[in-house]
Amino acid sequence: MFGDDVNTDLIIPGKYLELVDPEEMAEHAMEGIDPDFPKKIQKGDIVVGGNNFGCGSSREHAPLALKYAGIGAVIAESFARIYYRNSINIGLPALECPGVTDAVEDGDTVEVDVTGGTVKNTRTGAELSFTPLPDFMVEVLNDGGLVPYLKKNMETW
Amino acid sequence: MSPGDNRMGKTISEKILARASGLGEASSGEIVKARVDVAMMPDLTTILAVKAMKAMGREKVWDNAKVVPILDHVAPASTLMAATIHRDIRAFVKEQGITNFYDVESGVCHQVLPEKGHVKPGYLVIGADSHTCTHGAFGAFATGVGSTDMGAILATGKIWLRVPETIKVQIEGKLPELVTPKDVILKTAGLIGADGATYNALEFHGGTISDMSVSGRMTLCNMTIELGGKAGIVEPDETTYTYLRERTDGVFDPVFADEDASYRMVQDVPVDDLEPQIACPHKVDNVKPISEVAGTVINQSFIGSCTNGRLEDLQVAASILKGKKINPDTRLLVVPASQGVYLDALEAGVIQTLVEAGAMFSNPSCGACFGGHIGLLAPGEVGLTTSNRNFQGRQGSPEAFVYLSSPAVAAASAVTGVITDPRDLR
Ligand code: SF4
Repeated sequence: MFGDDVNTDLIIPGKYLELVDPEEMAEHAMEGIDPDFPKKIQKGDIVVGGNNFGCGSSREHAPLALKYAGIGAVIAESFARIYYRNSINIGLPALECPGVTDAVEDGDTVEVDVTGGTVKNTRTGAELSFTPLPDFMVEVLNDGGLVPYLKKNMETW
Repeated sequence: MSPGDNRMGKTISEKILARASGLGEASSGEIVKARVDVAMMPDLTTILAVKAMKAMGREKVWDNAKVVPILDHVAPASTLMAATIHRDIRAFVKEQGITNFYDVESGVCHQVLPEKGHVKPGYLVIGADSHTCTHGAFGAFATGVGSTDMGAILATGKIWLRVPETIKVQIEGKLPELVTPKDVILKTAGLIGADGATYNALEFHGGTISDMSVSGRMTLCNMTIELGGKAGIVEPDETTYTYLRERTDGVFDPVFADEDASYRMVQDVPVDDLEPQIACPHKVDNVKPISEVAGTVINQSFIGSCTNGRLEDLQVAASILKGKKINPDTRLLVVPASQGVYLDALEAGVIQTLVEAGAMFSNPSCGACFGGHIGLLAPGEVGLTTSNRNFQGRQGSPEAFVYLSSPAVAAASAVTGVITDPRDLR
């Protein structure tokens, strides 16, 4: 669980921008907030953020670091736009779900229906709905990101 | 429009994106696939973009005249890793026959791109850097993307974009002396908020804009991303064309907003009585008039970046520092935004004045702006900067404090060692 305005300098500090290997980026995921973060994650964990998650620079290192650290999706009150695009493009679901920071606590388990647009907290039973992603983005996510998507659809793009 | 036709008018963004996607019309909310006129890549994001292009199964960029790589963020290279990235980009440029490449001496991408004539009204400019919105100052739709998007552009020349809603920022009045476009955009950031324009385009209109230089318009558009914005746009006019005629073929296809365009909201910004503005740590929208923060002790003042590293910015700083010395407890770092600015500043005598006042000068680059290889702040230190971000950790230590201001304020404050209204020094 993170608060508002988590910027990309916090997700992965500028000094790591020279890294080109996502596995190495993952070792520094969220270093600006919690240097132990990569150790605490289990595969498929969900990050919950407040408003304007991922604001700041256009570095794709930010969602890449999270994805390769094992994060399965980020749900936030709202996202900064470049982060949002990058996240979809690299195949990490970014779901905008108003109210999520009040409905979930650290350590809760949530069930997410990406196409139906619901998030359910299995501990409290609270269910939230959000505007589902447009079809195009779902296709990109299903293919695992824009790279595999375009590989498949290059001719019609 | 003919009488009886009640179609809503279109914003500049809707019109440019409609044209770029080959559609007769595009409306906010739609996702379009648009053809890119210029694809700009700075050093730190290029390698990932090239990797993405190759992973998509393409070996050649779609158009080697429209791809513009610029080595600016770590220039010249200060680490082996940066040197290696630069080496690989130079090799890529040769291999692809890319005709518009700018090496480490050139300066910050957002200054170099228009200065060298790569931006025109009505263009769709995409850059692998968040401040690509700067180029809206020339009536283009310009936005920043990440490396995978850039990889897709390199491969296909196209990008998917959601056509944004637009906020109209109406700026009226005459700026008081030593109150500058930077103060206008900081004021606007305070009013709209750091996420108030998320996914939106901003159109800047009004008499103040008509009177504003190209340099000032670039400062406004540069910071739209700090409000969450996707693009910041100024309608082209004679000022724009005069600047561009010297640098391009002079043939323009400008796009203007319809009278009845539909805007998400209109934000009025009156500037007649505007004071210099300061964005306080650690948020760009934590904006206060200078009277509320004057007296805050600073350790370093930095004048430069794609926000405020142009000739006009160095000139106003020099006008304040002429014949004065900076405070012995303060460092003043000046970095021209490009080699072009550097040369102009040399010719204007500005550099002499600044160095005599005690300023350090560095070659054009991004270094001091993003906590790169120069001008870092130690824990507990306070920096005043003319750049665009005061995030925690942006300029070195996460325990440092960064304030944003205009070059006039940065120069005056370097003299006194505390945040100072430049008008009080006169
Ligand atoms: S000068 Fe600063 S804000 Fe501008 S492109 Fe360079 S790092 Fe980014």
